[in-house]
Amino acid sequence: MSAPSTHFPNVQKIRDVVRNELATLLLSFKGKKDLVLESDLMKPLDRIAGASLLKQHGVDKIFKLDPSQKSIQGCDQRIYLVRPRMRTMKLIADHISGEKNHGTERKYKIIMVPRKLHVCEMILEHEGVFGDVTLDELPLDLIPLDRDILSLELSEFFKTFYLENDHVWLHTVSKSLIGLQALIGMIPNIYCIGRGSKMVYDLMNSILGEKLAGTDYSRNEIGNLILIDRDVDYVTPLCSQLTYEGLLDEAFGINSGYVEFGLDVTGKEQSVKLMLSSEDEIFEEVRNRHFSHVFSYLSNKAKSLQSDFDKRHTLKSVGDMKNYVANELKNLKNQKAVLAHHIGACEVILGKKTKGDFQEILQAEHSMLEGSGLKDNINYIEELINKQHNITQTLRLLCLLSMTQDGIPSKEFKSLKTQFLHSYGYEHMLTCYNLKRLGILTDQEPQALPLNKVTAGVQAAIGKRGSYKSLCKRLALVNTHEATNKYTIGICNIEKGI
Amino acid sequence: MATADWNPLGDVYFKKNELYAMGWSDMIDLDKFTVAAAPYGGPIALYRDDSKTARVQVSTKPIITVFTAAGNQISQMRWSSGQVVKMGWSNTEDLLCVQDDGMVLSYDMFLNFKRMFGMGQEAKDVKVLDCEIFNSFQGTGIAVLTSTYRIFIINSVDDPRIRRLAEVPGLQSAPSSWAVLNLDRQSRALVAKGNELFLIDHGGQYQNQTPQTNTEVKEYIKMALSFNNKFLALYTDSGVILICSSDLQKVYCEFNTKTEACPHQLMWCGIGAVVAMWGTLMVVVGPQKDWIRYNFESPAHLVQEMDGTRIISNYQHEFLHKVPEVTEHIFKIGSMEPGAMLYEASREFHKGSQKADEYIRMIKDKLEVAVNQCIKAAGFEIETDKQKALLRAATFGKCFLTDYSPETFVNMCQMLRVINQVRHHKIGIPITYTQLEHLSMAVMIDRLVLRKMFHLAIKLCQYLKIPDQEGASRILAHWACYKVKQKNEDDETIARAVAQKLGDTPGVSYCDIASQALECGRTDLAIRLLDFEPRAAQQVPLLMKMSKDQLALSKAIESGDTDLVYTVLLKLKNDMKDGDFFMAIRNMPIAYSLFIQYCRHQNPQMMEDLYYQEDNFVEEANCKVVKSFDDERLEDRCETLKQAMNCYARAKNEFAVKQTDDQIKLLKYQRRMEEEFNRPYMDLSLHQTIYRLIVENSHKPAEQLRKEFKVPERRYWWLRMHALGEAGEWAELERFSKSKKPPVGLEAFVEVCSKHKNVAEAMKYIARVQQDQKVKCLLKIGQKKSAAEAAFENHSEEELNLVLQKCGAADKQLVENIRAMKQQLGGRR
Repeated sequence: MSAPSTHFPNVQKIRDVVRNELATLLLSFKGKKDLVLESDLMKPLDRIAGASLLKQHGVDKIFKLDPSQKSIQGCDQRIYLVRPRMRTMKLIADHISGEKNHGTERKYKIIMVPRKLHVCEMILEHEGVFGDVTLDELPLDLIPLDRDILSLELSEFFKTFYLENDHVWLHTVSKSLIGLQALIGMIPNIYCIGRGSKMVYDLMNSILGEKLAGTDYSRNEIGNLILIDRDVDYVTPLCSQLTYEGLLDEAFGINSGYVEFGLDVTGKEQSVKLMLSSEDEIFEEVRNRHFSHVFSYLSNKAKSLQSDFDKRHTLKSVGDMKNYVANELKNLKNQKAVLAHHIGACEVILGKKTKGDFQEILQAEHSMLEGSGLKDNINYIEELINKQHNITQTLRLLCLLSMTQDGIPSKEFKSLKTQFLHSYGYEHMLTCYNLKRLGILTDQEPQALPLNKVTAGVQAAIGKRGSYKSLCKRLALVNTHEATNKYTIGICNIEKGI
Repeated sequence: MATADWNPLGDVYFKKNELYAMGWSDMIDLDKFTVAAAPYGGPIALYRDDSKTARVQVSTKPIITVFTAAGNQISQMRWSSGQVVKMGWSNTEDLLCVQDDGMVLSYDMFLNFKRMFGMGQEAKDVKVLDCEIFNSFQGTGIAVLTSTYRIFIINSVDDPRIRRLAEVPGLQSAPSSWAVLNLDRQSRALVAKGNELFLIDHGGQYQNQTPQTNTEVKEYIKMALSFNNKFLALYTDSGVILICSSDLQKVYCEFNTKTEACPHQLMWCGIGAVVAMWGTLMVVVGPQKDWIRYNFESPAHLVQEMDGTRIISNYQHEFLHKVPEVTEHIFKIGSMEPGAMLYEASREFHKGSQKADEYIRMIKDKLEVAVNQCIKAAGFEIETDKQKALLRAATFGKCFLTDYSPETFVNMCQMLRVINQVRHHKIGIPITYTQLEHLSMAVMIDRLVLRKMFHLAIKLCQYLKIPDQEGASRILAHWACYKVKQKNEDDETIARAVAQKLGDTPGVSYCDIASQALECGRTDLAIRLLDFEPRAAQQVPLLMKMSKDQLALSKAIESGDTDLVYTVLLKLKNDMKDGDFFMAIRNMPIAYSLFIQYCRHQNPQMMEDLYYQEDNFVEEANCKVVKSFDDERLEDRCETLKQAMNCYARAKNEFAVKQTDDQIKLLKYQRRMEEEFNRPYMDLSLHQTIYRLIVENSHKPAEQLRKEFKVPERRYWWLRMHALGEAGEWAELERFSKSKKPPVGLEAFVEVCSKHKNVAEAMKYIARVQQDQKVKCLLKIGQKKSAAEAAFENHSEEELNLVLQKCGAADKQLVENIRAMKQQLGGRR
């Protein structure tokens, strides 16, 4: 959580460990080599090692692994840095066998992040290229995004675990937590909410196994670990973002702590990559503010910056001048540039928000959270569907309605779904089916579908969860508009901590 | 008197201590055996040699017996292989028997066969003349001399790589003597040919190295290397012992024994003296030509140690060693060393004499040196009484020191405790302090384990406070491995015994024990043992090795490591028939979904089959729907969708049936229209299709689609409005708005106009809009002024505020107006 606090464990150590590991792996090929990166690893890698480190260790060219590309040019040694996915393995196998057929001689290495999977080896074997590659693993799991935020940057976790019931990433989560504890000391108290969290906890214990007996807690820098399943609360992520950081993510997309501003923000051709962290003072101040308060802060900041700049006119002696130029000027200039970006981003967001039906959507959301005006909300969503409003937003509202009502009344559900399919295409029948399996978008009809054991398990888990309505009442989650916002922010941050 | 048994040799002393009275007395006559004793107080192997008792023709097979150093029998066996040339012990206390065909057989000390390897084809073909077992830098090495006078060498019995050493030029007969020399991490052989010595290596090089001697030498008939390989003793045909450095650069001493008989054994006693043995006569020769002579009642066997020589005879086991300097300091008559004084002081003190004080005063400044000397000397003592006396002296001295660190004292006490324990005749490892320090405690414990003295080993670990991980639990694991080899006990008993003793001791790998059991062919026991293994990653591969795949699968699932599950799963799939395989995994949800996952990427058809078998029609249908997108031809696509529809029908999912049906219908419509209008419609949604049709002014088919798919009124209105807006058909739009009462409200029309920035058209509709909606609509198209007026007309302060909110900096005039209006409204009230 980004609240100012006195002491944080030094999570940057994680970075150093992985960086060394990477360097060793790179040096296992002597001389020049090319690096092929999977696109979703680019930003995480950026956080660990810059281009200069790669260059230092003999990386010549860096390619992005593009599924449509059948072969890559480059020198005679190549390293793939990829997630251990089956389809990626197939793609790499295609590259290798294609190049072999052309008679190109190359040394290949595949580094899997964060670990090597047997099934990947099997696929390489199946494709007949197992003998041509060496395999390695890079334990790049938790990435320190800020002094107080670590992230696995594993966006596919949700889909694989909750929808496909594939536990492959649980191991990674457990392993990463063990790694973290190895660096900064064992965490004495661990709390779990949800099925997945419990599994992570069990897995952690079984990996640690016997080591646990004589655990030394004296070195601990983190007192409590709280593991929360995403499926405990779907309501929060379905609500619209209201904080500055949230809106930045919605408008531009924050990836591994980087946000990229294009022409509309900077006014320049070249896009600007900005790192968002507590090191950016301005951002630190506004990240968790309600968006409506952000602009005023930024303008104040601009004024105070200006006055700092103006100080130069009042400087008396040469010494003061020297001091000013040496220390303050650079800092001020930097701040100015950053501030300009934030203001630009604000304007873009503001433009988007006022143009669309943001206010109306917020209102609809709020009434859903309060559990009132079911009819109006259904009508409103229908209208959005009819107007072919942005599909994500429509679906989000639809899901929110289902979550807050513990399912949409059967008749309306059918009609909404039909309209949805008519409007956005029949392929979304599967989308709806998946959402239904996850229990995010359901009707109120009792479950009569024949389900196999796998989904039955999922359903059981859903059944156990307290319904939103009753939880809402018991915990008094929604009181005023203000409270809703706070609730939203709080949960968001906890989730990020995981 | 402490010095009574000291024998002077030049200016140093040698001393002989009895270690054991041999347990074999009266049963063994060493004369009849070939003896091989391991260094560091290791076991002794006796080989009943035919050649020594050749007077009677023996037809029975030779016997090998292994004893402890105290002469207690450990094991015995009848030798049934070929002719043994040499026996010796490896550094892991394995008995190595080298046969004349170059085969090396290794046994543990219980004479269980371990392994066998050859010394090469040539050795096999031409027979081995002589053999040397030596300590190399890699472990224990073996060198053989063939009857063609070539030497083959291996540096480690664990990794037997045979190398041939260079040939000695002009060697026509067997060398009169030879030895293996280990220097600079390389093993070379020193071969005597007449009066010349050759150093040969495996690089094919030889060096002629002849020492500078005063006496004339015809032949070197015996040679011995010191324990550290730095010194060499040579025995010549004329009975002269030459003591020189092993590189033969320096000759330290030439000693004439005046016998021409070749000694049975020639070896070093530490590095200070050479010992030669002729039957019952033993001579110790020092570098200064000093000598001591010992006579024995019966022939004895010598064992070279790093700090002395052990003498094994029929009745006794003795240790000959140089009296260490520090011992000499303390016990030498008239010694004024601090240690000697302290020792005296301690004795007087215990006698209750005041002289103690006098002695202590004399060495007041050197008390620390004195204490250290006593401690050190205690380590070199073999008799416990003397150890005690010396340690007592040390503690006494310690009392007078204020900040003396007790560490050395405590360590020495511990070491001595261990040494005395293992030296006990029941254990029979007569190791000295120097040797133990060199060998390290860990190896000592290993050696106890090798002797199956698990209890003592554990006690030792506990006494030395060695962490369980590397101490007790390791020993327990060894014990368990030994236990599972006991064939006479049944699986259940053993498994229970092992589990009971090991519990969940940290650092014990049940997996290792289980694989040991498996090696002994006890699969059931192995499975039982594996149950105790907490780490699934270790269990699973072993279970798979035992082809207990099902069990492996469930263990893998328990572990929560999906990779492990995959490993088993894919092996299972290869080994089993598909049908059986499906049946096997259907009750394991995790395995099942993992396999589905695999199929999704690798074999979609199999995924469908799986669902089909499971009667999971919805999923099957979903697969088909996904597949339909890959079909290129419309007919195929519709066909696949139809199949999906059937599946949905079977799943009684009417909604999905209807939707799929509609989808097929829509696809066909789209195709037809593509042909008709020559424009692309494929894969547009229904909404989009109708929209496009209206924009392109094809109202008829649009209407048809509306009817066919029962598009609701409201929706159609929205759709048509927007489409007309986009097409710019304002007249048509107006006509449409008037066709009947719009179900969506006229505001929607305003919205469409505002979207396409047609203010004039919008105003038309605003005129028709209900009064209470007017302000919002006007705001939507940016007519703030009109909006304000409308709001004023409505007498609505609320609406005025709404307008006010929208006003920016540019609308100063308007803001004032609105304020005025508000005031007016307020005033009116």
